[in-house]
Amino acid sequence: MKKSKLYIFALLFIIIPKTSFGLIEVDITRGNLNPLPIAVSPLFIESKSVKEFQNLLKKENIGEDISSVVENNLKSSGLFNPLKKEAFLQKPDIAHLKPRFEDWSLIKAQALITGEVKYENEKLRVEFRLWDVLAGKEMMALAFTTVPDNWRRVGHIITDKVYQRLTGEKGYFDTRIIYVSEEGPKTNRIKKLAIMDQDGYNTKYLTLGNELVLTPRFNPTNQMVTYLSYFKNLPRVYLLDIETGVQEVVGDFPGMTFAPRFSPDGKKIIMSFAKDGNSDIYTMDLENRIVEKITNHPSIDTSPSFSPDGKYICFNSDRSGYQQIYVMKSDGSKVKRISFGKGLYGTPVWSPRGDLIAFTKLHKGKFYIGVMRVDGSGERLLTENYYQEAPSWSPNGRVLIFYRETKSDSEGKGFSAKLWSIDLTGYNERLVDTKTDASDPSWSSLLSE
Amino acid sequence: MKLNKIFKNILFVVLAGIFLSACATKKVSNQMQGDVYTGKDTVEYLASGVPDRVFFATNESVLTTASRETLRKQAAWLRKNSKVNVVLEGHADERGTREYNLALGERRANAAKDYLMTYGISGNRISVISYGKERPVDSGSNPLAWSKNRRSVTVKAN
Repeated sequence: MKKSKLYIFALLFIIIPKTSFGLIEVDITRGNLNPLPIAVSPLFIESKSVKEFQNLLKKENIGEDISSVVENNLKSSGLFNPLKKEAFLQKPDIAHLKPRFEDWSLIKAQALITGEVKYENEKLRVEFRLWDVLAGKEMMALAFTTVPDNWRRVGHIITDKVYQRLTGEKGYFDTRIIYVSEEGPKTNRIKKLAIMDQDGYNTKYLTLGNELVLTPRFNPTNQMVTYLSYFKNLPRVYLLDIETGVQEVVGDFPGMTFAPRFSPDGKKIIMSFAKDGNSDIYTMDLENRIVEKITNHPSIDTSPSFSPDGKYICFNSDRSGYQQIYVMKSDGSKVKRISFGKGLYGTPVWSPRGDLIAFTKLHKGKFYIGVMRVDGSGERLLTENYYQEAPSWSPNGRVLIFYRETKSDSEGKGFSAKLWSIDLTGYNERLVDTKTDASDPSWSSLLSE
Repeated sequence: MKLNKIFKNILFVVLAGIFLSACATKKVSNQMQGDVYTGKDTVEYLASGVPDRVFFATNESVLTTASRETLRKQAAWLRKNSKVNVVLEGHADERGTREYNLALGERRANAAKDYLMTYGISGNRISVISYGKERPVDSGSNPLAWSKNRRSVTVKAN
């Protein structure tokens, strides 16, 4: 077993340099053992545009600000090591025209990002290039325009393009996180729906905190959110249009509905409905409002999540006596238990790549975030803690975001709830900064797709 | 300490090993049997002698002997006060995933509802709501606090 693994590893090493024609590549299947040294030269900005952006955005130098966004993103991925700007020898405008590769290799940069930002016809126009310093070649050049207010997104889009060029996989930086913002004492927490950019900026609150709200999830186009609200003390699944703020209850169920998610085509909501002490899984078609009962079992069936092709559903059930993970066809047939390890399993969520299911596991008083293949094999625990749950996948299936709670003393002091992210490799665990305590994160798909 | 030891020794003669450990726990906290809360700290009263809540073991919705006794008192009081409707609020502790705990809270409140109904209270007078782990009564992170939070509380609705 061990021998064959080693063999595959060696093979990869030989093949990659051959197929990549000597240009740099970043291997994302291993941890952050050796992040790629990259120089992000501040985007050049000519003096006329400087003044325009100063008036418009109250930013001294938008070129530097955008490159900081890129740097932070690259660093947070764990795959790149952005170098200190003080060491840069070449000026941004000259570097963007033709980098002096010796200068950049002198400071150990292997890749270089240069660019220029302009104010043009009331728009922000950006142009950037990615260079392979060692090979002395341009790897990519791209230009696009947007409204000036979108300047942070410009940084995210640049990062996505660079990430994709260097790793061969789509990025996840031009995305948002929806989550539950938490404040107040544990016995009477005030919870609001909040949305922010993936890097923690541009936080907006979508509800006022008058009623308890839980488990928000995006639809595939990121315009709608489904979540649980205790409006008028009736816990029901709701649908919220982010742009208009219009909310509506989903279906007409005579009891609690909860644990909602969208189907991959966005046409249905799948959720649990609890009645007389029994929770089963239902779907509702948002167009024709037809409700279908998917599971029919006197146990708790909850936390359903569709496979990306919509053909299967993974869910959480205690039909064996304890919480375990099951997979079934989307019509509810062929139910099969897939979790067999020691402990309790919850919150299964299907990877956007289709090959893995992420979950929460409770074993001997510890909580784990882990992944397993969709047949239940290859279980891998990524992180262990006092309390953590509810992983959500980045749209490229490389990173998981979840929430973690700390232990409190007998007076409730010491309690906190925070968002964390971890790479699928189990490396690069990071606190995701939020303005308040936070839980129940859900990652959007790429906004610029 | 010494008394405790003597007590243990006497018990050892009388009871099987399993019961011994349960009773020893009870002796220490005096508020839990197994992991079910038996104390009075958080309990409120619908009327004199009618406790408002029942407690559950971890991951369980089975009513204990003490819970059934409490619910029989509630049923008797509800029969006498036939105009009163109630809401049963089901809760879970913080050591479980949020969505499962919502279902578990609902299951616990319904276990209490079913018992009240077998003692003659019409289902029309009882509504059920689950708060999962969202509304703990004790904010501590310890087994005693968790045992107080695994509960179904009967609240007057009118």
